[in-house]
Amino acid sequence: MRVRRSCVAIVAAALLGPAGPALAQTADAQALQQEIEQLRKEFEAIQQQYGERLSALEAKLGVQGVPAPATTQAAPQEPTVEVPPGAAGAGGPTGSLPIYGTASAASKIFNPDIAVIGDFLGAAGRNTVNPSPALEMHESEASFQAIVDPYARADFFLAFGPEGAEVEEGFLTFPTVPGGLLVKVGKMRAAFGKVNTLHNHILPWTDRPIVTNNLVAGEEGISDAGISVARLVSNPWVFLEATGEVYRGESEGLFTSSKRGDLSYVGHLRGYQDLTDNTNVDLGASYARGHNATGVVDDVDEGRFVTDLWGVDATVRWRPLQRAIYNSFLGRAEMLWSRREQPGGRQHAFGYYVSGDYKFARRWFAGARYDRSERAEEAALRDSGHSLLLTYWPSEFSQIRGQYRRIKYGEGPTANELLFQFLFSIGAHGAHPF
Amino acid sequence: MNFINSGSMNIRTVVVVGILASCLAGTTANAQDKLNVVTSTEDLGSIAREVGGDKVNVTALAKGFQDPHFVEPKPSFILAVNRAALYIAVGRELEIGWLPPLLTSSRNAKIQPGASGYLDASLNVRILEIPTGQITRAMGDVHPLGNPHYWLEPGNGRLIAQAIRNKLSELAPADKAYFAQRYDDFDRRLAAAEKRWDATMAPYKGTKVVTYHRSWPNFMARFGLEVVGYVEPKPGIPPSPSHTIDLVEEMKRSSIKLIVVEPYFSLKTPQAIANQVPGAKVLVLAPSVGGVKEVTDYIQLFEYDVNLLAGALKQITGK
Repeated sequence: MRVRRSCVAIVAAALLGPAGPALAQTADAQALQQEIEQLRKEFEAIQQQYGERLSALEAKLGVQGVPAPATTQAAPQEPTVEVPPGAAGAGGPTGSLPIYGTASAASKIFNPDIAVIGDFLGAAGRNTVNPSPALEMHESEASFQAIVDPYARADFFLAFGPEGAEVEEGFLTFPTVPGGLLVKVGKMRAAFGKVNTLHNHILPWTDRPIVTNNLVAGEEGISDAGISVARLVSNPWVFLEATGEVYRGESEGLFTSSKRGDLSYVGHLRGYQDLTDNTNVDLGASYARGHNATGVVDDVDEGRFVTDLWGVDATVRWRPLQRAIYNSFLGRAEMLWSRREQPGGRQHAFGYYVSGDYKFARRWFAGARYDRSERAEEAALRDSGHSLLLTYWPSEFSQIRGQYRRIKYGEGPTANELLFQFLFSIGAHGAHPF
Repeated sequence: MNFINSGSMNIRTVVVVGILASCLAGTTANAQDKLNVVTSTEDLGSIAREVGGDKVNVTALAKGFQDPHFVEPKPSFILAVNRAALYIAVGRELEIGWLPPLLTSSRNAKIQPGASGYLDASLNVRILEIPTGQITRAMGDVHPLGNPHYWLEPGNGRLIAQAIRNKLSELAPADKAYFAQRYDDFDRRLAAAEKRWDATMAPYKGTKVVTYHRSWPNFMARFGLEVVGYVEPKPGIPPSPSHTIDLVEEMKRSSIKLIVVEPYFSLKTPQAIANQVPGAKVLVLAPSVGGVKEVTDYIQLFEYDVNLLAGALKQITGK
């Protein structure tokens, strides 16, 4: 019995023995299978997750991307527009058309040209009468310019400075009015002389001439809300332009308006001629009139005093066409007469400046200016001065300027100063009129 | 100073009357047989003359020997644009520094951008060097819409002529057949000349050159030359000593023997570079009609440039 059982056991063991690994193999295989199945499920889950996240990201970026995996609801295919030949990269919209209600690149197409120009000034030296700060972010001018519609364009120039923010100029221009007229409506710098029309960053000096400060209220100048009409006067000889402007009558420091009818008026006549291809001359005559503030007592204009201004200006340019980037010269002169009614009688004051700016190398300018002017309220006081300038243009978009200025004030003191300026612009600032 | 010693009323009257008088004076434009066409550059002007023939009066504002980026919008130009029936611009922001105030002050509704008398010649031509990626002014005076000197390629000249023919036909429909015939004639002459130029330049395909400014990509690509460096370190930035040294090294290394310069740049630095590279030459080519006296029209422009270039390359390469 025992032997038989052992024999059976041995035979059983012999029979079953080789089958042991196979069984174990099957068990292993099954486990492996299960594991693979598990891994596959996990992988698919991760793939789906990442797919969803990618689509969300792409939708955010507004890019036509890989459609989400089929298991999730596919995003609706957005219609696309083809870029016309030759216009690729022209800044136009490409790819998907806008869906109303969401932010899209197309809405930015009509954004105005925006530029910001910084004007940083520094001063060293001695000036007991009218000192400017040692270092000053004098002005940041933000410009917004765009076409309004087929009939008009708009230009806004906002000036931000230590005294606050203001609209330096904001006006509508109608370039297509019949009759050779150019109509501007808004707040603008009046067409009086030349310097009055120039923004700070366009001046070839760090400051404005003494005559501007004394007779035309300084940096602001004649700057007001009104309507300007300029007509090209056809004739076979010269370019002739006549401008008539009417303003509200409030020009800080110069004109004041206490009644609706107290408007100010500006008239300007400009003649221009090419002497040669390289040289040209620009002459102008101006007139301005408005009420001044000396008669105002307790907010009532008792005196009804008026200020009249007459000006003549001359500009000479030499710019050899072939060497224009290396050499050019600009000469300017303006003479101003002021007749100011005030308590105690009329003050007749006269002032002028003469200046020259010479480009002697591709990026370098040297200049000089002579100033002389009586004061509008007190013509007996006369200030005079001269300046020497050197300007370096690292590029078209920035300038570094140094100015030595000496002023002899009417009260007696003399100021000797070294002024310096950094001008820099970003964005697309439109070209200024000639 | 004595002032007019009359009441303020008189001065005001005089000024107002003066302005009214000047408004009433002045004649409106006379009806003209010829169309007044004003163009930014002489190249567009030349092509306009080819297509327009006797029916157009063409004025070009920028001279061919002048840097077309830096033209002054003089009042005398305002007068020319005021009388124009058609203004043809190069586009791609070449004139952005001076054309907009000119158009605004022109008092001419016909040629305002968007009106029928304004043609941007760049719309359907082959533009090269359209920048991709982030564009900033750290790259110099870069043109974001591609290189605007595209007229320096006869194929583009043909496309410009087509655009002008279509626009002139639109403005003067009665002369449509005339413009079409003039265009066909120009096309024929240009095609015949192109064969000659290709034959002249064929031996020099693949030659490497250096140019002063990036005005030549279309020209060089068309005639098989390769621009590998510029005298300006970046567009609009004058040559600097360090960049010049690098350029000299590169020219010696790669055996580049030709520097092409536009007539409005100073030859001082290119000459100095050429002196340091053995066998190198400086060549002033015309980038525009009128760039040199002999170049009187568009076909002459390539005639002059191709022959001058081939002559110089022959000396350098001996082919």
